[in-house]
Amino acid sequence: MAHPFLEVRDLRILFSTDDGLVRAVDPVSFSLERRQTLGIVGESGSGKSVTSLGILGLHNRRNAQVSGEIWLDGMEIVNAGPEEVRALRGKKMAMIFQDPLSAMHPFYTVGSQIIEAYRVHNRVSKAAARRHAIDMLGRVGIPQPERRIDDYPHQFSGGMRQRAMIAMALSCDPELLIADEPTTALDVTVQAQILDLMRGLQEEFGSALIIITHDLGVVAELADDILVMYAGKGVEYGSARSVFEQPEHPYTWGLLGSMPRLDRTRTDRLVPITGTPPSLITLPSGCAFHPRCAYANRTNGLSYTVVPDLVGASDGHRVRCHLTPGQRREAWENDVRPKLESLV
Amino acid sequence: MVAYIVRRLIMGVFLLVVVSMITFTIFFLVPRLGGATPDSLASRYVGNKATPEQVHTAAVKLGFYDPVPVQYGRWAKAIIVGADYDYGPGVEHCPAPCFGYSFQKSSPVWPDLLDRARVTFSLAIGAAVIWVFFGVSTGIISALRRGSFFDRASMSVALAGVSLPIFFTGLIALVTFSYGHPFRITAPGGTYDDFTKNPALWAYDLILPWITLAFLFAAAYARLTRAGMLETMNEDFVRTARAKGLAERTVVVKHGLRAAITPIVTIFGLDLGLLLGGAVLTETTFGLPGLGKYAVDAVSNQDLPQVMGVTMFSSSFIVLANIVVDLFYAVVDPRVRVA
Repeated sequence: MAHPFLEVRDLRILFSTDDGLVRAVDPVSFSLERRQTLGIVGESGSGKSVTSLGILGLHNRRNAQVSGEIWLDGMEIVNAGPEEVRALRGKKMAMIFQDPLSAMHPFYTVGSQIIEAYRVHNRVSKAAARRHAIDMLGRVGIPQPERRIDDYPHQFSGGMRQRAMIAMALSCDPELLIADEPTTALDVTVQAQILDLMRGLQEEFGSALIIITHDLGVVAELADDILVMYAGKGVEYGSARSVFEQPEHPYTWGLLGSMPRLDRTRTDRLVPITGTPPSLITLPSGCAFHPRCAYANRTNGLSYTVVPDLVGASDGHRVRCHLTPGQRREAWENDVRPKLESLV
Repeated sequence: MVAYIVRRLIMGVFLLVVVSMITFTIFFLVPRLGGATPDSLASRYVGNKATPEQVHTAAVKLGFYDPVPVQYGRWAKAIIVGADYDYGPGVEHCPAPCFGYSFQKSSPVWPDLLDRARVTFSLAIGAAVIWVFFGVSTGIISALRRGSFFDRASMSVALAGVSLPIFFTGLIALVTFSYGHPFRITAPGGTYDDFTKNPALWAYDLILPWITLAFLFAAAYARLTRAGMLETMNEDFVRTARAKGLAERTVVVKHGLRAAITPIVTIFGLDLGLLLGGAVLTETTFGLPGLGKYAVDAVSNQDLPQVMGVTMFSSSFIVLANIVVDLFYAVVDPRVRVA
């Protein structure tokens, strides 16, 4: 059977620390085709960043235990040697980080950092690499790229820096691009520009895109598929359309309720999810979400004792919840949806 | 940038003038507070056999009865145009730049300083090469293998290196490798041969002082480098460098070390500037005829022109080192350049 372009199967990433074993990713599965976009959504500490770092092999190797499989274009990465994965990094898969100021080296010019990224994987002269870097800066919308290429990161504005990061990540024409909260550190006005740019470039380069965010609005803009993560586990996974129209997991309902929207009137209140995310060292028994879940008492105690499996809800839509499909539908239709709509 | 350099140089010269005034005042006033008269100062210059009248004449001729500012002016003028010292029995000429004339040794101070500086420079620069290489590389490896046996062992040795004084490690080294060793594999100290005459002998004389002095500094540099690398290797830009697919060596050196190097360069400039003015303890321990030993001898002989000369010489290096370090900041960190 032919593999999808990217397939992550039961990926687990555990870190042994002085305080105990941190179950950062435990487990998550998804797949992605070229030209498709996957949005990974979750709160801070839900394991979404570690998942992406794990795909690139950038997790801390000293204390990490990784299991499961990651297939990228027919090659298995988890058990590949560090040198083989390094050869893929930057070339076949690239990453855009959250804070472009700290993610760029303060002592090198923007241009030299892009040139470096290009020349690791391409045997070209410095002059040719420089022309390529200018071209890339132009394509991400930096005005006068032939002049700005010799600027240092601190001479760029926040949005320009993120554009430069994108230029750096795309310089080797990667087939998989992972963007870890690419707009979180930016002004709201700039966020939309960057998202627009990423959508345009994805079409142009034909790459697969994973966008990691806690902002459902970003996902609604870009994603074809959505993976919701909670406490290291994938709890809901499906097409963007089905997840937005028929969300199955109580946690996803909470996320939708706490999403700020411009079309809300001022008197409307956000509905935050009560409680705080659990410690990844001592997870709650059963379903990790049960202490914050309003429906955990409807499952005959299963939620408190048994870890739910990821089960199919509808076509290609999977959910990790003990509620029966009927209970979920009933809760969504009668309980959650009217509240969300009253907010509009 | 040029304006900045000029401004710093002018400030440096001004600082040296202030240093010279303070030093001059201290060394010309303190003996008088201790009961010395201009005559008793002059008696050092004309010898024991001179009559009190001859001593007094010399004191007047040498200007010891003039007010301190006048004497200072004369001292400063000599640096630019040279001076003739008429002390009665004869006239001693001291060509510019004249940093004073030692009547005890019957020689101008400046050529002595230049001569001694060769020894001190050889010692300081040789040791600097050793300590930077071993200190920084040990620090890097320790940081990358944090908690390993290498890390703990080298940091223990570094703690000893920082704590032990040079006259202790120096004497232990001399006993182990020179006096106490059946083949005396290093020089027993007290000798210096110029590099231009015999490079092998030069290195043979200096190898033990180099290592001893370098041990002291390497220890501090290893700890400094380790701390800096532990910090920068966790920075986001190091992760970006890895995400580009760079080889780990490039990530560590070009991205990690490059960001950690600034404080190391700063300390290095100041340390080297200080050492070039004389490594007092090392030179004394190993009997090397450098600036540090010269300063100690000058103070114990109460040879005031020598003390003045070596003080000015050493402080120039410290002032210069500070300027060079500040300029280097601008080279290392582009964010400073703009500000």
